[in-house]
Amino acid sequence: MLIRRPIDILPSEITSSELYHDRRRFLAQSTALALAAALPASLARAAGQSLGPLTKSPYSIGETPTPYKAVTTYNNFYELGTDKADPAENTRRLKPAPWTLRVEGLVNKPRTFGIDELLKLAPLEERIYRMRCVEGWSMVIPWVGFPLASLLKLVEPQGSAKYVEFVSHYDKSTMTHGVLDWPYNEGLRIDEARHPLTLLAVGLYGEVLPVQNGAPIRLVVPWKYGFKGAKSLVTLRLTDKQPLTAWMKAGPSEYGFYSNVNPEVDHPRWSQATERRIGEFSKRKTLMFNGYADQVASMYTGMDLRRFF
Amino acid sequence: MTPTNPQLGAIKTALFVLCLLPAFLLWRGLEMDTLGANPIEALTRATGEWTLRFLLITLCVTPLRKYSGWHWLVRLRRMLGLFAFAYGVTHLLTYVWLDQFFDWHSIAKDILKRPFITVGFAALVLMTPLAATSFNAAIRRLGGRRWQALHRAIYPIAVMGCVHFWWLVKKDITQPLIYAAITAVLLGLRAWWREQERRKQLAGGYQPAHGPTGKVIRIFQSH
Repeated sequence: MLIRRPIDILPSEITSSELYHDRRRFLAQSTALALAAALPASLARAAGQSLGPLTKSPYSIGETPTPYKAVTTYNNFYELGTDKADPAENTRRLKPAPWTLRVEGLVNKPRTFGIDELLKLAPLEERIYRMRCVEGWSMVIPWVGFPLASLLKLVEPQGSAKYVEFVSHYDKSTMTHGVLDWPYNEGLRIDEARHPLTLLAVGLYGEVLPVQNGAPIRLVVPWKYGFKGAKSLVTLRLTDKQPLTAWMKAGPSEYGFYSNVNPEVDHPRWSQATERRIGEFSKRKTLMFNGYADQVASMYTGMDLRRFF
Repeated sequence: MTPTNPQLGAIKTALFVLCLLPAFLLWRGLEMDTLGANPIEALTRATGEWTLRFLLITLCVTPLRKYSGWHWLVRLRRMLGLFAFAYGVTHLLTYVWLDQFFDWHSIAKDILKRPFITVGFAALVLMTPLAATSFNAAIRRLGGRRWQALHRAIYPIAVMGCVHFWWLVKKDITQPLIYAAITAVLLGLRAWWREQERRKQLAGGYQPAHGPTGKVIRIFQSH
């Protein structure tokens, strides 16, 4: 005999399997929406968000960009860890919003910029640049940003300003201790800083800059080794003296102020003649000034590049 | 406790598989593309680190034997040493092939000009005669004392391995420092034993030369 048990759940009360299997996405999306609604617009800027229509630049190169995944998981950003994979895993150690950038020193109009002001300061351009690391690897990165020159114009550098010092954010409570003398700093000669190739980047691949790549704003100097591009900038200081940079302090015989990409001047411990382009099997020959010699070599005429390495 | 011969055979087989595991995982990582954005660098780095680890594991055998009384451990030492050599050769191959693409001129220049490569290469060259004299006939032919003297080359080899790692690191020397500290302890122990032995002899109580624990053990099976 078949004993029928009464059904204690009505079919209409059962969650459909599609919804059930999708529950995590549903939760994540509804939470994100609620959070986004609660935050002011500038705080909602996060990596992955589109930066809108961008101006194409004649300074872009025609080479194939390195995949997004490699650009965002293979990083040197010691404040977030010294392994290449660390920065992408430790992004919570740096909050890119709210953010301000102070421009000070030998300028007529010292000023503090909010990130939203910086984004509207000049039309955002896409610049596809080569990036050559001093360690012997390279990438091609589609940066989004604007020329540093546009920002310098606004603060009116004085005639005595010969250099620009760049200072990165450092938070002792969350970031790496030791290794380098924090905060990280870098420097450029003022003509290098004003060069049209010199970029303040706020994004890559058309989207807001990920934390591990130096959010929310970083320096990009494509004819120099990658470490010259200081990340997560908080201060720009115009000075009459050549800044002593973090890497110059760490290894004066290995890292010079100029650090122009130069296949003929080796790092004291390894050759700089070739490089491994990330994603490629064979190595490439490193190009003088990272392939930007036509645009930048004239700034260094008459200089002994072995001495001023 | 001393394992019987069949037990030792089983232990050796298990150890052999275990020693191959890093190589297997690296191979799989290459195939599945899970070694990160720069797999060739990851491979070079990993084979180098495993060489150093196996050198240090090999150097652990004698202290372990001494303090545990498990003298049979020494029968595993040859395999561990040979794995150190095998990982070292793989490490050199990744450099010669994947980094330099058999550009012998550039390789020769590197070895002469870059101290960290000079030291690493010299360490591997020094390991070669040790690997070549690891089989029983070679031990018999050399005679235990000479064989032992030759195989003490593992001490400078381990130091050179640490220096090689230290000199290649850009700035964060934490990792090489850990290897250097372990090497210092393992070599320091031996220096200390030596000193103890010397004092004992000076104290007059000279005893005929025995092993450190006073027990003669076979490092290979004679037939």
